[in-house]
Amino acid sequence: MDDKLVGLIADLKEQEVIARVKELIEGGADPVGILDDGRSAMVVVGKRFETGEYFIPDLVFSGEILKGLSEMVKPFLEKGDQSTKKGKVLIGTVAGDIHDIGKDIVTFMLDVSGYDVLDLGIDVPVAIFAEKAKEFQPQVVGLSGFLTLAFESMKKTVEALEQAGLRDKVKIMIGGGQVDEVVKEYVRADAYGRDAVAAVTLCRQWIGG
Amino acid sequence: MQTMDRGVTMREEIAELYRQREKRVNDAIQLKKPDRVPVVALFSFFPARYAGFTLEEVMYEPEKLMEAQLKTLREFQPDMDQNPYGTRFLGPILETLDFKLLKWPGHGLGPDVPYQFVEGEYMKPEEYDHFLSDPSDFMIRRYWPRVCGSLAGFEKLGAIHNMITYYMGFPFGFAPFSLPEVVEALEAIKRAGQESLKIATWSRKYTERAKEEGFPMQVGAFTQAPFDTLGDFFRGTKGLMLDMYRRPDKVVKACEKLLPFMLEIALGGTKASGNPRVFIPLHKGLDGFMSLGQFKKFFWPTLRELMVALINEGCNPCPFWEGDCTSRLPIIKDIPAGKACYAFEATNMSKAKEILGDTVCIRGNVPLSLLIARTPEDVKAYCKKLIDVCGRGGGFIMDSATGLDDAKPENVRAMFEFTKEYGVY
Repeated sequence: MDDKLVGLIADLKEQEVIARVKELIEGGADPVGILDDGRSAMVVVGKRFETGEYFIPDLVFSGEILKGLSEMVKPFLEKGDQSTKKGKVLIGTVAGDIHDIGKDIVTFMLDVSGYDVLDLGIDVPVAIFAEKAKEFQPQVVGLSGFLTLAFESMKKTVEALEQAGLRDKVKIMIGGGQVDEVVKEYVRADAYGRDAVAAVTLCRQWIGG
Repeated sequence: MQTMDRGVTMREEIAELYRQREKRVNDAIQLKKPDRVPVVALFSFFPARYAGFTLEEVMYEPEKLMEAQLKTLREFQPDMDQNPYGTRFLGPILETLDFKLLKWPGHGLGPDVPYQFVEGEYMKPEEYDHFLSDPSDFMIRRYWPRVCGSLAGFEKLGAIHNMITYYMGFPFGFAPFSLPEVVEALEAIKRAGQESLKIATWSRKYTERAKEEGFPMQVGAFTQAPFDTLGDFFRGTKGLMLDMYRRPDKVVKACEKLLPFMLEIALGGTKASGNPRVFIPLHKGLDGFMSLGQFKKFFWPTLRELMVALINEGCNPCPFWEGDCTSRLPIIKDIPAGKACYAFEATNMSKAKEILGDTVCIRGNVPLSLLIARTPEDVKAYCKKLIDVCGRGGGFIMDSATGLDDAKPENVRAMFEFTKEYGVY
């Protein structure tokens, strides 16, 4: 592990990260190790978010820095990223709602935290959630929605998972816009998360890792 | 003769009701104690659902929008209303422009789904300089063609600022205007002009109708914080978040560039409507969406300047602080007292009262989760708490936390009726 690189990423020093990665690659460092450093840095970023030192723009910017790092390292990887995943999460914005910013941040945070995330996109029909849950067999299903009409779509999606006989096989978390504890009860989800880091914390509790 | 007298008396009664409502809200804004807590709502698409129309219908058929909104007014008797035409009767004009920033019922969305924003980087990071040096030229030749499919042809035009005279610009510069795609765009502009006129006519008609029934309008103009305008329409949320790190100076300059436009839009509206209250929905400065340092550097300075300029022009800025803005309260207190009205969505209301109580009227914030998923009793209990805490001494207006769209009518009724009863001073 390169402490200097981890620190630079966690401190969001984009230009210095690029310079350091270049240095490491030229020095013959293991490209997989560089990717691991990126993940370690994201743990620090997540902690700073939880303690209120970092905010959404910091998460978004760290994501961009990480993307740049991966692109630099990619040509030197033998067979892509082979790291083992901690568990599966199925995610999407529910039917009728086309908002994706929040969902994308959650997907990114879960991905860098080591989960295998299948993102179904926006305006996902109730039946598709159930169908994909059957195929993908996730431990966690995340339902996102910004509009108030999402309450009804979330409720129907949870019912569809019940009808498909999957309800006791998955934990369901919801988030976005007007969603709160009242909505969690209304749609009969297992938890409501306020932000992307809360989603990661929930997955850790439910799946481990 | 008798009928006429009755007609005159009724007209006078309604005029008196109108004056009372106007005074009730203005007293609250001026931090005085009105006769009771005023109660209003962000109706959004609720009237369409309530009147049994699809959202597509009210976006395309102005008569149905009128019917739905007036029915809602009559049955809920809010202290003030919002003229729905500029934000609901949008189907025809957006269709004409082939507008890309929204999907709406009947155009990319189902007939009963509210319109939704399509985020994008409609201004690229390297285009800040063009925007800063000549915003109108940038908008006509780059921004409009991207956000309006029908205006794509304007991309072919030369710089507008070079069209000066008979030997600079005129002889050769007008040539692109003969290109078929530019002619098409000009035709679309003409059609959009006609649609625009229809919206203005209906909007005026609506304000008159509502007045005849005794309802003043909450606001007479719309504008935005410069930072939000830059993010919502030009750079996108993600683009602008990254700009705060990669090109902070350009962000500050662009906000300063937009500030006089935001003021001009507001004053144009208040002048046309004769209503001094200006609605300013705020999207990107809330807790979590940026640090306090970023808020102080990027968001607040030009918003404050906008609000102070409005106050100096005799207007009442009515920002709607979306999300939770609790950490911003001490900063946003820095505004002349008794002139502004701050609506809150998820901000801690007792903290808001405690910190802002002697400076601005606060407004809000019955959660949509209660209005949709719970009972009238739950709504009343929440309203009681609000009146007890925020209503103390005046300076408070009851409102839903955000657009009512999907709220249950019985819960909305509970909010209105309970406030009128319990909120008497």
